[in-house]
Amino acid sequence: MGKSIIDKIWENHLVHQEEGKPDLLYVDLHLVHEVTSPQAFSGLRMKNRKLRRPDKTFATVDHNIPTDNRYVIEDEIALNQMTTLEKNCLEFGVQLAGIDSPDQGIVHVIGPELGLTQPGMTIVCGDSHTSTHGAFGSIAFGIGTSEVEHVMATQSIWRAKPKTLKLEINGELNKGVSAKDVILYVLAKYGIDFGTGHVIEYCGDTIRNMSMEERMTICNMSIEGGARAGLVSPDETTFSYIKGRKFAPKGEEFEAAVEKWKQLASDEDAAYDTVIEIDAADVAPMVSWGTNPSMTAKINDSIPTLNDCQTEVERKSLDRALSYMGLTEGQKIEDIQIQHVFIGSCTNSRIEDLRQAAEVAKGRKVHSNVRALVVPGSQAVKTQAESEGLDVIFKEAGFEWRDSGCSMCLSMNNDIVPPGEHCASTSNRNFEGRQGSGARTHLVSPLMAAAAAINGRFVDVREMMNAETVQ
Amino acid sequence: MSEIKSIKGKAAALDRANVDTDQIIPKQFLKRIEKTGFGQFLFYDWRFKEEGVLNPDFELNFPENQGASILIVNENFGCGSSREHAPWSLLDYGFKAIIAPSFADIFHQNSLKNGLLPVILKPEEVSYLLTEAKNEPIELTIDLENETVEDGKGFSTKFPINKYWKTMLMNGWDEIEITMQLEDKIATFEKKEAIHS
Repeated sequence: MGKSIIDKIWENHLVHQEEGKPDLLYVDLHLVHEVTSPQAFSGLRMKNRKLRRPDKTFATVDHNIPTDNRYVIEDEIALNQMTTLEKNCLEFGVQLAGIDSPDQGIVHVIGPELGLTQPGMTIVCGDSHTSTHGAFGSIAFGIGTSEVEHVMATQSIWRAKPKTLKLEINGELNKGVSAKDVILYVLAKYGIDFGTGHVIEYCGDTIRNMSMEERMTICNMSIEGGARAGLVSPDETTFSYIKGRKFAPKGEEFEAAVEKWKQLASDEDAAYDTVIEIDAADVAPMVSWGTNPSMTAKINDSIPTLNDCQTEVERKSLDRALSYMGLTEGQKIEDIQIQHVFIGSCTNSRIEDLRQAAEVAKGRKVHSNVRALVVPGSQAVKTQAESEGLDVIFKEAGFEWRDSGCSMCLSMNNDIVPPGEHCASTSNRNFEGRQGSGARTHLVSPLMAAAAAINGRFVDVREMMNAETVQ
Repeated sequence: MSEIKSIKGKAAALDRANVDTDQIIPKQFLKRIEKTGFGQFLFYDWRFKEEGVLNPDFELNFPENQGASILIVNENFGCGSSREHAPWSLLDYGFKAIIAPSFADIFHQNSLKNGLLPVILKPEEVSYLLTEAKNEPIELTIDLENETVEDGKGFSTKFPINKYWKTMLMNGWDEIEITMQLEDKIATFEKKEAIHS
């Protein structure tokens, strides 16, 4: 019986194994941001402990940072959290992509962008969307602040080996259907806890044909299915993405690394605890209508009815969700009016996402009832987009063009959706209050978000695209 | 972390599934740099109608649920964000244990690390307790050593808990301290790594 990439990475990182205990795994990369780290740094200080490997730790500010004027932070508590990170990084010798740095951005955008994220690594961060980095063939997962402190002190983490889930996607995606739609489709079909206790390996030719950015979008939302980590076996697409990046190995070292990375891919006969197969042709542009990411439908479908529910728990959840969202059972998705559009977040704020949204926005105007924001995932993405003239396209269409940060994905800064209003968002969570108290979030792809911005309601973006403009 | 042997107290029912950590502690309260003082913000958007005005329709605001130290909830409790502020706020509010048919992984782990006991019971057992607690206040005893939950009126069941975590909780041990005793192994691993890379 062969080994999966999950087995291989696990074995490569075993520091200590003992009957009746989880395994102690070595951590190759620890990413840090301002929200989940202050208590961990305080913990070290209180016990007079050192941060063991500053060279394997990298920090940035992303959650709180304003995206209109990053130097004007009116929220004093937020400002304190950000300056606390700066002080902590200085004291413990951690490299920081701070507010002034061209490397600053959402932690899950800059890790890959800077070449910090590499195949075969174990990567942790005090953020559940750390699963993003799995796109490179690493085991990457979110941890709480106690574990952030533990990794700081010991560069290791206790973990029972998770179960493995192979999610195989084959076939060609229809035009206008993106990686975001694929993962939303999976969540709609299998629910928000199908991956609990598992690491997901995404495979199949649909995944193979995806760019690194598309793979990141899929891995990013593994946690929305309950799986702390999701990954893709590395291949030439992975290696060529990494080549030449700031922290990637260079020259001969890079060649040697690639030879090592090539060994990581799952063996043909690897065994998995669970296997799910999906036909890419079944996926359509998706729109979430409820208060968790599995409450999602195809653009041409309708919201379910209470009669469709199988269990009492489901009925109650649907009832609550509809009441929160101000929608009715059986309502057509295309009849949902929206007042806000957010293109951004660690799910969909990379250059390819912005190019796709710009393709739809080009030569059109944002609907008069809609306020639309484009928030690049990093300052580097922003610079790249500006060099391609995407900012001009967005601004001419009536979108606001912002600096990088987590922004309206969780609205810790000033980018908030007012109560009762609907937002078409390329982010990852549509929980109650996520984008502001009473805010009503609909998760969509960048293409669908741009289409919604133009129309003031959800429309099938495929109808707006002609064959020439499809990538 | 203090030692936990058993937890006895009033149980409150919150019959909702997939309660995410954004509900447990909304993001606007994550900006503090301390671990304390989060209880006042627990379930903020559900507990309060507007700033400072309690929502009388929310379960935890019912008079009979005041002083509860055990929370009974439905499946997949704590899904979503990795914020450890979720168990911090539940603990600070006064909860010592959460009973559910299932928990989301990160929340489960974060709770164990902070001495908030996550108790997994069978769906029909949770359903029974939810119904009981909704009718009239119930007192539960969770015995960690014997891995049992009892209501003193005939309901008694075992719950599964990982032996490692049971030992950690019962002794109130600091995990970092334990790992640091394996310093040699970590250093050996790092030396080996340095040669190979």
